[in-house]
Amino acid sequence: MMAAQSGSAHRLRHFLTTEDLSGGAIGEILDTAESFISVGEREIKKVPLLRGKTIVNLFFESSTRTRTTFEIAGKRLSADIININTSVSATQKGESLLDTVRNLEAMHTDLFVIRHPLSGAADLVARSVPPHVHVVNAGDGRHAHPTQGLLDMFTIRRYKGDFRQLTVAIVGDVLHSRVARSQIHALTALGTKEVRVVGPRSLLPAAVETLGVRAHTDMATGLSGADVIIMLRLQFERMSGALIPSAHEYFDLYGLTRERLALADKDAIVMHPGPMNRGLEIASDVADGPQSVILPQVTNGIAVRMAILARLAGASAGEGRAS
Amino acid sequence: MNIAIIGGRVFDPAHDIDASASVFVQDGVIAGLGAAPAGFVAERTIDARGLVVCPGLIDLRARLREPGLEHKGTVESETRAALAGGITQLCCPPDTDPVIDTPVTAQWLADRARSAGGARVRPIGALTRALHGTHLADMHALRQAGCVGVGNALVPIKDTAVLRHALEYAAGIGLLVFLTPEDPWLSAPGVMHEGRIATRLGLAGVPESAETIEIARALMLIEEVGVRAHFCGISSARGAALIAEGKRRGLAITADTPIHQLYVTEDDVGIFDTNYRLRPPARTLADRDALRAALAAGVIDALCSDHQPHEVDAKERPFSDAEPGIAGLETLLPLTLRLVELNVLTLKDALAAVTCRPAALLGVAGGTLGIGACADICLYDPETVWTPTASSVRSRGGNSPFYGTSMRGQVVVTIHGGRIAYERTAPR
Repeated sequence: MMAAQSGSAHRLRHFLTTEDLSGGAIGEILDTAESFISVGEREIKKVPLLRGKTIVNLFFESSTRTRTTFEIAGKRLSADIININTSVSATQKGESLLDTVRNLEAMHTDLFVIRHPLSGAADLVARSVPPHVHVVNAGDGRHAHPTQGLLDMFTIRRYKGDFRQLTVAIVGDVLHSRVARSQIHALTALGTKEVRVVGPRSLLPAAVETLGVRAHTDMATGLSGADVIIMLRLQFERMSGALIPSAHEYFDLYGLTRERLALADKDAIVMHPGPMNRGLEIASDVADGPQSVILPQVTNGIAVRMAILARLAGASAGEGRAS
Repeated sequence: MNIAIIGGRVFDPAHDIDASASVFVQDGVIAGLGAAPAGFVAERTIDARGLVVCPGLIDLRARLREPGLEHKGTVESETRAALAGGITQLCCPPDTDPVIDTPVTAQWLADRARSAGGARVRPIGALTRALHGTHLADMHALRQAGCVGVGNALVPIKDTAVLRHALEYAAGIGLLVFLTPEDPWLSAPGVMHEGRIATRLGLAGVPESAETIEIARALMLIEEVGVRAHFCGISSARGAALIAEGKRRGLAITADTPIHQLYVTEDDVGIFDTNYRLRPPARTLADRDALRAALAAGVIDALCSDHQPHEVDAKERPFSDAEPGIAGLETLLPLTLRLVELNVLTLKDALAAVTCRPAALLGVAGGTLGIGACADICLYDPETVWTPTASSVRSRGGNSPFYGTSMRGQVVVTIHGGRIAYERTAPR
């Protein structure tokens, strides 16, 4: 990822993945995000860091939370934001991607926020844009969702502190999850004591342990003593792909209930990148319970995205170095 | 034209010849080796000092893209590219548009190549009509029209009964069947080897079992039916082991692997490098090494280019949308020679894998420099170091991970049917 993501002087040029970020680089971004939290709490929620910059939110896949928080983040930084939602039809996928980007680029866009259903789409765009244009990956296929990954780190740091003391369990459909991959890279970079993935074998990637995690197919051992539990969204179409038998059985084996939550550390926090399926991967009383930090995750998302946008496109944000 | 090739290192694996000798070409055939035939007067003398003189290469699998996908390549562009790569004969799989499932299409293709002045095209006919896997193609008629065998290209025959009947029918008329080992269910969503890199990149994987299951299914049927079969594109260690077992059991099977498969691994995909979007996929280092060993042991009989030329746009897409394959005609020879440098093969075995062995398994003439053989000859400079690029190669295919990397060994002259069909113009 290094070549595509970093600028020549080690300054972060694009934000495509958490994979090549050092713990220190992540820490700096989270520190910047901390400084932006207060912006959202002021009466006038704006700073002029990106005044005169044009950001295009280019979404080839539907999204509410991510697109909205990027939009708010950009606006609080005083950038001009354009939202483009394009559904990717079978006849005009990939091929049109670079053409679409080139057209928007001709309109002097400074920064693209891209979501695309195919892994690698943001990398492809990053490779094709001229040097002054920045690309932020807002989710590409199953590959990466790095801003989500970092906002989750931000949330964990706020609630739990030192990663080196933590056991984190990521539960559910890891196979199809770009969020899980971005979390895993960030967690390992931050020196997390133990990262576990928990789920049915058919929803864990073939070589998942090569990512530096321990794989569990049993919730009891997977959650045992965990400090952080991250639940992943289960797509309903997984049943038709014969990956799991039924929603009912999935909840029976892998749903996060109060009883299961009790297996984790008593101060464990519960996270979910959203959107949640209540009663499928998580019980309502857990989602809304005292250990849940699901809504703060969303709030933190704005500050973290502001930090990333500012570090990439902020004219005088010279503090931004990737490593 | 009478051609005298003087002073080269004549290397003919079919006859185990490795000698400094002259070769004399007359009336389209090799008329003399060492000594000129009586009364021979050369109209053209080629100074081959420092060059290796070997049989023209025979490529078991090259897509020409015509008919149907002329924006990627044409019979003319690709068969001429073949000549520039020292290839004088090539097999064209039936997945053209229209499919090579009628004698007319097969005939048209061979004629087209003849008039284009490129390498000789040996079409592979369809095993089933339109490759749909439901009705058998007119295999006898396809053979009459010049097809060297039949196969279903990259379209798996899902119905095992249909596959069995097709193999029975082909066996009955003594026709060679080409099989691509790819289980449709396991391979369908996959775009690279299922493993470490696919996991990291979030790309759907093609497990090894996609290959081994299909080899196993085919082997069981081949054993029952007794058909002569050729497996195209072995990519895994376990796949090669199954082929070895089939051979031990005495089955009339052969196998090839694309030359690039002996160099690439899943790691090469790196950060979504679409030049490594391949089918079959690049697998692990252990697989690559096992393929090299299988080739050295003769389990894998032949190497091919598996040439799949694409326009630039076809690779400038998100990885899973990018079209698979490498344009490989012009790097087949230097990559084959590199196996000698790497001590994987002797020069004899390396050249045999692209000359006499493919000729033998296809049952066609060529691949040899024997007296009286058709004068298909490749002259290459084994020491020239050159760098192929998308703009310097003859093929329209702009897609190869080997473009921009240096190669040792370059074709200088290709003689096809006794005619100088390619001559390197200037050192490149």
